[in-house]
Amino acid sequence: MGIITDTLLLQLTVGILIGLGAGYLGSFMILKRMSLVGDVISHVALPGIAVSLLFKIDPFFGAFGALFLAVLGIWLLERKTEIPSETLVGIFFALSLAIGILITPEPELLEALFGDMTNIAMSDVLITVALTAVMFAGMAKIHRGLTLSVISKELAQSTGVNVSKTSFLFLMMVALVVALGLKVTGTFLMGALVIVPAAAAKNISLNLNRYTMLSGIFGAVSGLAGILLATRFGLHPGPMVILTSGAIFLVTLLFKK
Amino acid sequence: MANNETILNVENLGVKFDRNEVLKDIGFFVQKGDVLAIIGPNGSGKSVLFRALLGLIPHSGKIDWATGLKLSYVPQKLNIDKELPLSVEEFFNIKSGNHKKIVSVLNSVGLSDEGHEQGHLARHLLKQRLGWLSGGQLQRVLIAWAVLDDPDVLLFDEPTSGIDIGGEETIYNLLRKLKEERNLTMLLISHDLNIVYKYANNVICLNKEMICYGIPSEVLDPSALTKLYGGEASFYKHEHGHHN
Repeated sequence: MGIITDTLLLQLTVGILIGLGAGYLGSFMILKRMSLVGDVISHVALPGIAVSLLFKIDPFFGAFGALFLAVLGIWLLERKTEIPSETLVGIFFALSLAIGILITPEPELLEALFGDMTNIAMSDVLITVALTAVMFAGMAKIHRGLTLSVISKELAQSTGVNVSKTSFLFLMMVALVVALGLKVTGTFLMGALVIVPAAAAKNISLNLNRYTMLSGIFGAVSGLAGILLATRFGLHPGPMVILTSGAIFLVTLLFKK
Repeated sequence: MANNETILNVENLGVKFDRNEVLKDIGFFVQKGDVLAIIGPNGSGKSVLFRALLGLIPHSGKIDWATGLKLSYVPQKLNIDKELPLSVEEFFNIKSGNHKKIVSVLNSVGLSDEGHEQGHLARHLLKQRLGWLSGGQLQRVLIAWAVLDDPDVLLFDEPTSGIDIGGEETIYNLLRKLKEERNLTMLLISHDLNIVYKYANNVICLNKEMICYGIPSEVLDPSALTKLYGGEASFYKHEHGHHN
């Protein structure tokens, strides 16, 4: 293995943190029966990135803006029907990806789709550290209410949980971490980093503590190992990160509880 | 039975979903220590009435609870499957981290051995997935969860299915025991007239509006039941006679 450079160290830090955050949030996405939403939510970011490139602003803001709107839409659907209408979400997200591909300038398209960490800077790391910390602090406040509202909305409400607000805050955090993670895996695959580690953790967990913790750890390991393997073999890190999480998933299937 | 202290007063209660009138002109009162049963056919608004009483949905009219009361609610069912990675202990921990109290409340709903291995079953049960419990166990767990923080009033929504025959009556014996031990006031949604006769001191017959209200032996006459359930009332009672 080559010498660990400063850039690699920055990449690994971001990769691990994003994996940790996405994995942890993903465990609740699956609990909320939103696997599909989790898997494809990142596709919505592409038109947002394209628009920010056109106006020459940081793509993070465009991506987060698009994700914010998507999350708002999902939240409204969820309020109306309790279970998000999967077909509608699937169609809408695929269409935004198609539009995004058409309007993203060609030179930036590959980077937007699969991520690019070559130009990662210390500021990226600091932003990731700060926002991941915000996300975990927020989750510490809402995770009990969120869990209870998954089990029974009425029971949660009867104990004073604001189910709608809790769900909104949670989805906002998903939008935040997905937007942050686009650098690592790109719009095509970031959603997979939300769902695959959590699905793996669910295979081998009997209780919630272990499940959410393992989801985060599997995400972090995917980030770490994926980036190291990509560096070693000169490949794109994004797909390697997702493939690593996929490999973890396959191994957990053998020990399914 | 009653301590003559009115803890709930409901007047002119109405609930509308969009333009659909789901509850209309509901009025009754509950005294401390009462057991009030609410009966009615499917879709008659029983669960809606509970949700309104718990303050979860908008309504018109008046719902006056005495101040400082703690309400607890036992839902009909939970939205869970066998795959849900949530242990019984974690379910309780959402409400309280006091392990001793959790074991003691499981004891009082009959989910542990009273013998030399006291608490063993409760500890074993606590490690299980919530989704793996049998219908009867889950219902006891839900009742335990509801009484964990010492409520004054218990609102119990009876499941329509999932409890084995014979198990149902034991649940009501348990509720009666808890009521005596903990000085609870109870509101029950029930589908079983026998239960109402046996355990409730007041009954509301509900079919969007109040068909009857009063002491079960006085108000549950054939004409009220026919009005409430239509032609199936006599059949309903008869069928239950076979089960018990």
